[in-house]
Amino acid sequence: MSLALGTVPDPDTEADQAVDKEADMAKSIDVSDVNIYYGDFLAVEGVNMTIKARSVTAFIGPSGCGKSTFLRSLNRMHEVIPGARVEGKIVVDGQDLYEPGVDPVTVRRQIGMVFQRPNPFPTMSIYENVLAGMRLNAKKMSKSDADGIVERSLRGANLWNEVKDRLDKPGAGLSGGQQQRLCIARAIAVQPDVLLMDEPCSALDPISTSAIEDLIHELKTEFTIVIVTHNMQQAARVSDETGFFNLKATGEPGHLVEFNPTSKMFANPDDPATEAYISGRFG
Amino acid sequence: MTTTPPTQDLDHSAADLLPPDPTQPQGQLPRTAPLIVGVAAVAAGALVGLILGSGLAVMVVLAWAVYAVAYPTWSAAVENRRKATDRLVTVLVWTAFGLAMIPLVSLILTVVIKGSRAISWHFLTSDQTGRALIEGTGGIFHALVGSMMVTVIAAVIAIPIGVLTAVWLVEYGKGSRLASVITFLVDVMTGIPSIVAGLFALAFFQIVLSDPLPRLAIGGGVALSLLMIPTVIRSVEEMLKLVPDDLREASYALGVPKWRTIVKVVLPTAVAGIVTGVTLSIARVAGETAPLLLIVGTAYTTNWNPFDGALATLPTFIYSALARTGNPQYGAAWSDQVWGAALVLIVIVMTLNVVARVIGAVFAPKAGR
Repeated sequence: MSLALGTVPDPDTEADQAVDKEADMAKSIDVSDVNIYYGDFLAVEGVNMTIKARSVTAFIGPSGCGKSTFLRSLNRMHEVIPGARVEGKIVVDGQDLYEPGVDPVTVRRQIGMVFQRPNPFPTMSIYENVLAGMRLNAKKMSKSDADGIVERSLRGANLWNEVKDRLDKPGAGLSGGQQQRLCIARAIAVQPDVLLMDEPCSALDPISTSAIEDLIHELKTEFTIVIVTHNMQQAARVSDETGFFNLKATGEPGHLVEFNPTSKMFANPDDPATEAYISGRFG
Repeated sequence: MTTTPPTQDLDHSAADLLPPDPTQPQGQLPRTAPLIVGVAAVAAGALVGLILGSGLAVMVVLAWAVYAVAYPTWSAAVENRRKATDRLVTVLVWTAFGLAMIPLVSLILTVVIKGSRAISWHFLTSDQTGRALIEGTGGIFHALVGSMMVTVIAAVIAIPIGVLTAVWLVEYGKGSRLASVITFLVDVMTGIPSIVAGLFALAFFQIVLSDPLPRLAIGGGVALSLLMIPTVIRSVEEMLKLVPDDLREASYALGVPKWRTIVKVVLPTAVAGIVTGVTLSIARVAGETAPLLLIVGTAYTTNWNPFDGALATLPTFIYSALARTGNPQYGAAWSDQVWGAALVLIVIVMTLNVVARVIGAVFAPKAGR
């Protein structure tokens, strides 16, 4: 696969490339009747949506409404928490992720994730952090392949120019924004179909946030991106479609109130609750 | 709420900017104040001591009392009450520190001074064969070998069990009933008197070997490993808990299986603390005496066979040699041997502690740029 990451794509050829890539990258996700539990507690109820391939889908909503929980259920990270489980169907590329016999480890190799707080591995250098997905799985590769993956991923994460002279330095020595882009480089190095981002900018300053948002725009040409954000301006800036989650009442499960193209969502939402939340008249 | 400005609660720089509080003296003791008061207090203590004809200890206590009263009082007169209290508490804290250091310094000085007389190449490389009963001029080689053998056996048994138990407790059993039972039992084990561990090893090998009085290094290793396991488990457990869940999740999200995450992410991140904890637990059991007297006994000759025969370790050598210091003819020679062996034991334990710190610093994740 020849992905000219880092070089500015020519707008005319971009669409052609996208068609080529469609076969092996960037899957859409069909979610039907998903209920998510922590033990006996129903956290998210009855979610139905279709997340389009090669687009950015944002989830907004108040704290505790289950948007991060739902995001984590998309690559089976939810069940890492003891007692947590998911009911319903999440179909990626014709395959239900929660069918018996599906290995969560395989799912996570195809659906990468970037977390709220930058979490580079402290024992590894920048170079090793990018390759962590391969190295930790003991994948054999030549030095030149490894160098290529590192450069391509770091360029893809807009970090190459800042770190190319210190690839052997610890990843923890970078600034918060650089660390987060390193984590994105690490996630895209394993060539996932889908990239989940759980409030990737909430721990960053506005400049770093802007860098990450630019990056999201570039990445969506190749990946299906799902992002959770507390920042409605950010959702409006980066996403093509938006899902609004809300709680029916305190102690009730969260649910998907509205799922629409972002332009419609912010201009003319279907649901009065969405409008109240977006315009700041929440409640 | 008072309406006066809270001058005395601010630090110097801020206080300087505020108008002076007329109710408080605004002076400042000279920087050499502690020294001046100190010299005066020593002089006063010595003078009173000489007049009363008392000993050095009384003089020191007198000098300390004069200092503890005069220094804060001077401060109270010139400065304000808060600074006087600060200086009084400073004196008390330093006093407590000094008192705590007295036994340590005294112990180390005594052992070094008395022990260094005995240390020689001959002392370190020969055992007590043949000489033991007649003159007591042998060495501690047999005890060094025995200590090393027993400690290594204990470490080989205790470290894998301890580390794996801790990994299970933190990574797999977290929150389960079995895990809390195990944690409780580990806590109970921490409190086992060392002699009981020796009794366990003795009883165990009596049954296994059908020998009424088993004497073997493996038995000593088993007894010491019983003492090591709980400390290893607790220290490794604490270190693994310090590894942020973020890193585990980052690894899972890259499609890395759990066992690889533990081996390649969690353990390397915690390795500095783990190695430090394990080394300190080795240092702790290296000085055990009571359980070893029960199961390995004492010996005068070097025994390289861990599966059979009594052997000496440094602590048990000290114990058995001490019994001979009352000998009218050779008591002084044995006394030197005891101090020498004590010095060697302290040096070994201190070296292990230093090694633990160095390893901790070398393996610690670096955040340099």
